[in-house]
Amino acid sequence: MTSLTVLYTAIYYFAAIVFIAGVAYRIYEYSRTPAPLVIPTTPAPTSNSGVALRMAREVVLFESLFKSNKWIWVFGWLFHVGLALVLLRHFRYFQEPVWFWVEFIQPFGKYASFAMVAGLAGLWARRFLVDRVRYISTPSDHLMLALLIGIGMSGMMITFVAHTDIVALKAFTLGLMTFDWHPVPADPILLIHLALVALLMIIFPVSKLLHAPGIFFSPTRNQKDNPRETRHIAPWASAMERDKA
Amino acid sequence: MAAAEFEVPTLTDYTDVPKIQEGATAHVKSFIAPQGPQEYLGYPWELAENWKERAIDKMGDLLGKYRSLRVFMDACVHCGACTDKCHYFLGTADPNNMPVARQELMRKVYRRYFTLPGKIAPWLVGAEDLTEDVLNQWYSYYHQCSECRRCSVFCPYGIDTAEITMAGREILNHVGMGQKYSNEILVKVQKIGNNLGLPGPALEDTLAGLEEDIEADTGVPVKMPLDVEGAEILLVTPSADFFSEPHVESLIGYAKVFHAAGVSWTLSSKASEAGNFGLFNGNYETMQKVAMRIRDAALELGVKRIIVGECGHAWRVAYSFWNTLTGIGYGGGDPFSKKLQEQLDHRYPQPMHICEYTWDLIEKGALKFDKSLNDDRVITFHDSCNVSRGSRMGTEPGGQFTIPRNIIKAVANNFHDMPAETIGESTFCCGGGGGLLTDDLIEIRVKGALPRMNAYNSVAQRQGVNFLALICAICKAQFTKVLPYYGFDRNQVGGVHQLVSTAIKLD
Repeated sequence: MTSLTVLYTAIYYFAAIVFIAGVAYRIYEYSRTPAPLVIPTTPAPTSNSGVALRMAREVVLFESLFKSNKWIWVFGWLFHVGLALVLLRHFRYFQEPVWFWVEFIQPFGKYASFAMVAGLAGLWARRFLVDRVRYISTPSDHLMLALLIGIGMSGMMITFVAHTDIVALKAFTLGLMTFDWHPVPADPILLIHLALVALLMIIFPVSKLLHAPGIFFSPTRNQKDNPRETRHIAPWASAMERDKA
Repeated sequence: MAAAEFEVPTLTDYTDVPKIQEGATAHVKSFIAPQGPQEYLGYPWELAENWKERAIDKMGDLLGKYRSLRVFMDACVHCGACTDKCHYFLGTADPNNMPVARQELMRKVYRRYFTLPGKIAPWLVGAEDLTEDVLNQWYSYYHQCSECRRCSVFCPYGIDTAEITMAGREILNHVGMGQKYSNEILVKVQKIGNNLGLPGPALEDTLAGLEEDIEADTGVPVKMPLDVEGAEILLVTPSADFFSEPHVESLIGYAKVFHAAGVSWTLSSKASEAGNFGLFNGNYETMQKVAMRIRDAALELGVKRIIVGECGHAWRVAYSFWNTLTGIGYGGGDPFSKKLQEQLDHRYPQPMHICEYTWDLIEKGALKFDKSLNDDRVITFHDSCNVSRGSRMGTEPGGQFTIPRNIIKAVANNFHDMPAETIGESTFCCGGGGGLLTDDLIEIRVKGALPRMNAYNSVAQRQGVNFLALICAICKAQFTKVLPYYGFDRNQVGGVHQLVSTAIKLD
C-alpha cells in the first residue's frame, strides 16, 4: 500500500469515529438535559402526531424559514435538498449490489449538485450583500460555506469534467467498510474532494452543523401544548420539591 | 409631557427595515438593583473578586438544567432570518438588537469557555473572553429585549431569544448586576402580595369605592368580594387593575360579567397579583415562590375554579407554568398536586382566562349586550406577545387570537384588524414587556413601540380606528405612556373587558 492510501484510510477511520462518537455524544447531551418548563412557540400542536407533523414540516419544508425570509428559504432549501439527493446518491459507493432506489435517484443525485452549489452561492452572497447578515457573519461562517462549495465543486469536477476511476474508488470505500483495504486512486481532484469531506465530518460535532440534530431537540418546536392537562416536571425540579416537603 | 431627550421615530404606516447603526442604543442602561432587593432575593449587589468564575459557573449550571439554552447555544447558523424581526431593532437600528446578535453576546462567551474550537481558535468562531465590558454589554442589551418570542416564530430551529435573555439576566443577578425595577417588584410581591405594594386594607377600600362607583353609574349593586371563603371562583388579576387607568375599567368589566352570570367569586388579598416577574429573570425558584401564593390562596379559600384577569405574561405563567410550579391544573400524580387538583372543579380548564370565561357565557347566551354603546369606538385588537406565542385559550391552537376578537365583535359594531404581519403569532410587542416598563428605559420603550404604532396608524388612517383593545396590564401601561409620543391620545387604549363593561346589560 502506498503512503497515500495509508493516510486516507487513517483519515477516514478517524473522521468516521469523530463524527459518529461526537454526534452521538451531542445527542446524548441534548436528550439528557431536561426541559423544565413547557415552552412551545404557540400556536402549537396539542398531540404527539401534531408535533411530529410540525417537526416534519420544519425539517422537510423549512416552514418557519419560509415565513421569515423567502431569499434565505430559496437558497437554503435548494442547498439542503440538493445535498440530500447527492448524499443518497453516494450510497452506491458503500454497497454491492446497489439498491434499486439508489440506482433510481442516480441521475437526480448527479444534477442535484448544481442546486446545492447554487444554493450555497446564494447564501454566501447574502453574507456580503445584506448589511445585517454581514454584521453577524464570523470567519467560520465564511469558511464553512467555502468548505461546502469546495466539496460540491470538486465532486462535480470528477463527475462531469474529469472522470475519476470510480471502480477503484468504490473498491477503496468498500474496503474501508470491510477492513480489506484497497488503494485510493491518486486523482488529485478526488483526493481534494475526499479530504474536504473528512474535514467536514471532523468539525461536525463542534460546529454550527449541530443544527441538524439540534432542531429535533428544540423545545419550542418539539413540545406539545398541553400544560393544563398534564403536569410537566423536570427531575431536578421535582427533587427540589421533595427537599422542601 | 416633557420633551423627549431622544429622537422619536417618524410615524408611517409600514415599518421598513433600517440600515444598521452600530452602538445606536449602547448607552441605554436601566438602573442597577441596590443592596435591599438583591439581598432579599439571595443575590450579591456588587461585583465580587471572583465574579467571572461565578458567571461561568452559573452558565454551566443553566446549560445543564435547560435544554433550550443548551440546544440554542449550538444550533444557530447565522442565517439571518431573525435579523429584521425584533421591534427593538426595527425601532433603533442597533445591530445588537437583532435577535441573533443579542444571542451572540452570550454565545461568544459560551464558545470561549464551553466549546473546543472556542478554546483553541476563538478568533475563528467569534469566541470572546468574559470581561467587564462584555458584562456591561449584556446588562444593556439583555434589558433591551422584552422576551416577546417573535424571533422564535421565524427561526428555522425555533431558537427563542427570550430563553437566552432570561439566562443572561439570571447570570447578571448572580454576579450582582440585577435590575432595580424587576427585582424591587419581586420583593414587593413576596412581602406585600402584589407588584404595586398595595396592602390588604388599601385594597379593601379601593374595592369598596369601585362598588359605589358602579352602583352610582348603573344602579346595580355589583360586588367586588375580597377573601371570601367558599366562593366558587378565585379571580387573580394584575394589581394594576385595582389602581391604574385604563386597567380598572376591565376590573369593573370582570365584576359585571360575574354579576350577570350570578356566580360566587372572590379576589384574594394574598394573591392580589397575577403578574410574575420571576419569568423575566428566568429564575425557576423565584417564579415558583411567586406563583405559590396563588396555590396557597386557592387552598385557603377552598375555591373550585381559578380565573386569570387581563395580563399577558401572567397568562403565560398561569397557562404554561402554574401546573408545573404549583399543581394548578390537572394530571398530577403526586400528593402535592393532587391536594389542590381534587379540590378543583374538573368540568372546567384550570386555570381559565377571563376571556375564555366570558366567551363561554356569550356562546351560551347568558350575557346580553347593547352593542351600540360602543359605537363611538372603532376598535382594533393588539395581540399581546406572551398570550400569542406562549399560551393558548380554548381547546384549539390559535384560540388566543379568535376568542378575544369574538368577544369584541359580540360587544361592539366596529372592528378592524391591523395588517396581518403585525398580529396573531407575528404580533409586535408593545415595547414595554419583559421587565422594561420603567421610566429609566423610556427611550427603548418608545422606539420599540414603533412597529406597533405604525400598524395602528395604518388602520387609524384607513379605517378611522380610534381604540386599541388588548388584554395585558403591561401593554396598557406602556401604550398609555407611549401613544402621546406618536401623536395619539392616551385614552385610545383599553382592555377587552372595558368594552364588555360598556355594553353589558345588567339586571
